Amino acid sequence: MMVEISRQRKVVNAVMLSLSGLCTVVVIAVLFFILGYLLWHGISSLNLDFFTKLPKPSGESGGGMANAIVGSGKVLLLATAIGVPVGFLAGVYLAEYSGKAFAFLLRYVVDLLNGVPSIVIGIVAYAVVVRPMRHYSTFAGGLALGIMMIPIAVRTTEEFLRAIPNSLREGALALGATKAKTVFTVVVPAAISGLVSGMMLNLARVAGETAPLLFTALGNTFWSKGWLAPTATLPVMIYNYAIAPEEDLHKQAWAAGFVLLTLVLLINVTARVIIARGPASARR
Amino acid sequence: MATPQAIRPTQINVPIETESVKASPMAKLKIRNLNFYYGSFQALHDIDMAIQPNKITAFIGPSGCGKSTFLRTMNRMNETVRNTKVEGELLLDDENLLTMDVTNVRRRVGMVFQKSNPFPKSIFDNVAYGLHVNGIRKKSVIEDAVQRSLEHAALWTEVKDTLNRPASALSGGQQQRLCIARALAVEPEVLLLDEPCSALDPIATLKIEELLFQIKNLTTIVIVTHNMQQAARLADSTGFFLLGKLIEFNDTRKIFQNPGKKETEDYVTGRFG
Amino acid sequence: MATSTLSQQDSRLAVHSLFKRARGGDEIAYLLTLASAVGILVIVGLIVVELWINSQPTVHRFGFSFLTGTRWDPNGDHFGALPFIYGTCVTSLLALLIAVPFGVAASIFLAEMAPPGISNVLTFLIELLAAVPSVIYGLIGIFVLVPFNRDYLVPVLTHLFGYLPIFKGDFYGVSFLSAGLVLSVMVVPFIVSVSREVLLAVPREQREASLALGTTKWETTWQIVIPNASTGIIGSIFLALARALGETMAVTMVIGNTPKITASLLSPGYSIAAVIANEFAEASGSLYVSSLIFLGLVLFGLTIVINALARIFVITTQRRGS
Repeated sequence: MMVEISRQRKVVNAVMLSLSGLCTVVVIAVLFFILGYLLWHGISSLNLDFFTKLPKPSGESGGGMANAIVGSGKVLLLATAIGVPVGFLAGVYLAEYSGKAFAFLLRYVVDLLNGVPSIVIGIVAYAVVVRPMRHYSTFAGGLALGIMMIPIAVRTTEEFLRAIPNSLREGALALGATKAKTVFTVVVPAAISGLVSGMMLNLARVAGETAPLLFTALGNTFWSKGWLAPTATLPVMIYNYAIAPEEDLHKQAWAAGFVLLTLVLLINVTARVIIARGPASARR
Repeated sequence: MATPQAIRPTQINVPIETESVKASPMAKLKIRNLNFYYGSFQALHDIDMAIQPNKITAFIGPSGCGKSTFLRTMNRMNETVRNTKVEGELLLDDENLLTMDVTNVRRRVGMVFQKSNPFPKSIFDNVAYGLHVNGIRKKSVIEDAVQRSLEHAALWTEVKDTLNRPASALSGGQQQRLCIARALAVEPEVLLLDEPCSALDPIATLKIEELLFQIKNLTTIVIVTHNMQQAARLADSTGFFLLGKLIEFNDTRKIFQNPGKKETEDYVTGRFG
Repeated sequence: MATSTLSQQDSRLAVHSLFKRARGGDEIAYLLTLASAVGILVIVGLIVVELWINSQPTVHRFGFSFLTGTRWDPNGDHFGALPFIYGTCVTSLLALLIAVPFGVAASIFLAEMAPPGISNVLTFLIELLAAVPSVIYGLIGIFVLVPFNRDYLVPVLTHLFGYLPIFKGDFYGVSFLSAGLVLSVMVVPFIVSVSREVLLAVPREQREASLALGTTKWETTWQIVIPNASTGIIGSIFLALARALGETMAVTMVIGNTPKITASLLSPGYSIAAVIANEFAEASGSLYVSSLIFLGLVLFGLTIVINALARIFVITTQRRGS
């Protein structure tokens, strides 16, 4: 007969289980620290000028980031206009049309693209747009971010379309609808809430990207002169101001960081909530 | 279905009187007034039972009747399911099992599951695992115990040359016997088996029944089965469950030949549902 | 019924042309989706080709010695990448060293201990960490972590372990250490979210079999559940490694941007991504630009290999789990 289980084993059990809980608490505490710190420093540095004024020349205090806010908006609009359609259509192809071998290849390549560091995408956008055109541009920045949006767009689309039951497709086909009609008027609308929130997550992910913009959209202390001219963007502004020596610019960086993070997290949380509720409504 | 003439329970069984089942002071497990809930759903109602040492006790009944739930309260395996509640008394050697250290309960009351679940380790390591966590480090002791357990589980001759191969390479029946060996290695006082043969073919089933017969002198066996012939072949006593209630618990021969309740009779004669 | 043969023919024609048009739409939709799919292959091909072609001048000039050279001298047109490769590896490994224990422990808590409702909420919060833009991590790094390291952490470390070569030398704040710490926070969510998934995929029967032998919760987790999920957990670590290798902004902001190979974690250093971020826009001379692009190619190759390994690991566990 074996002895009762030892005290030591019980102690090890309790200690290790508590430690794992403690680690979880530490990780989450870091998140709240970041949020709290940005809230504290961001809000105190934030004012109306931040949203309406242009940056002041170095040395002068005050000013804002109106041009960077608009610039970020333009770059993200372009990125969405490039990345979402390509990714969506390719996702439709994967879910509805593709043969096995090609699907395997495409998924592999999409994953590969998803793993490419953003700075490398920046280099490529530089090489194919900036260098031939001989100047930095909003377009080059949008293209870089757009390429970065493609993989998630493909995966999201494929995933949500696959979640739509086949009976729905068969129902439409049985009524004499063509394959394309079935896909685009029955299957896609059935998955629309998932698709939209997936694309929102996708946008939130690239909205904070800085590295690929450094040598594509570059930066600009004035209003950008159009899609083919360089533009300021929020993330690049944060970077430039954070490494600048002036105290006043640091404050602006905190304000911009606060605005950026709020935006990114808002989109993120909204999208996740929609997705979390999505399957239930789809089943209904 | 194969008919295992060699192990017909009727030839080996010492019949137990109905009264002694309930009142025996030497019962290994005594259950009094046991109620069990999944959330607000009551799965077991007022179960009373005494399980005799070194006997095989079988539970039968239609699926969803609570027999597996009852089995899983006996080593508190149900606690791994959230939102469950037990009320009543469960005594193991007159000690309240519900207030004992849960790890200790499970060390003393082993369990074999419906689906064989060998760990992704070698055959040897599967059997040695329980010894290892219980602090036994001496190689010779472990080797002896592994061999003994595999012999009890009637698996030794088949695997003695391949102890270091992964357990997943074994057939379904062998895997289940390995799980029995694994459970036996920690020398449990009670061995619970939850429909251990439901996924096996008749020949593998027969092997397991034979080995259970061999090991009942080592431990007290409680088996849940959906197969009435199996209960009739194996068990000394049998309990019939229906809708979370223990309808009848008695000497196996009595349950199958002269049941005391109408429901039991309907079920064992196949008139049920 | 039809009133005249003519109108009947008309309507038949109309139906026929509608049918044709619909068929045409079908074709167009198919071709559009196919074109997008092929377009992605082209884009990825283009990335590889652009990196390859544009790095040729450096490849021809320095060959393999580019990767082993330690001198980075744009003015003298001499380029050696080892300090950057070294910095990328040191910071990434340091990040893993910190992030893996925390991440795996947290995933154990979330998968094995916390009730599902709480686990989901906590996982959601941890995954939000992954949504925080890296430039924000850099911001916190510069203004919070670096001063903290200078004033509190490093004095303690040097006091306790000052005899170790990794904690020798002066400390200015920006350093391998600071970069590794920031990276560790950034990659933790990847480890947690993937590891938790693979732990949850371990069959219930495995846990029950172990618990039924009289093992404690921890013994079951450590000796049965984790080995069952081990390849998936390793996969999550590789995934985190790939992230760390390619991470640019946060590292650039706290590493110190000094090409240097030294054992001391307190020293400022440089990483591949950081040097590209800092110097690319201002690089003049084709060899300079080509060298930076070659660095990009190296980074690209590294992350692809690591990502592929991660995927193989994660997929094998998921298959086994199901």
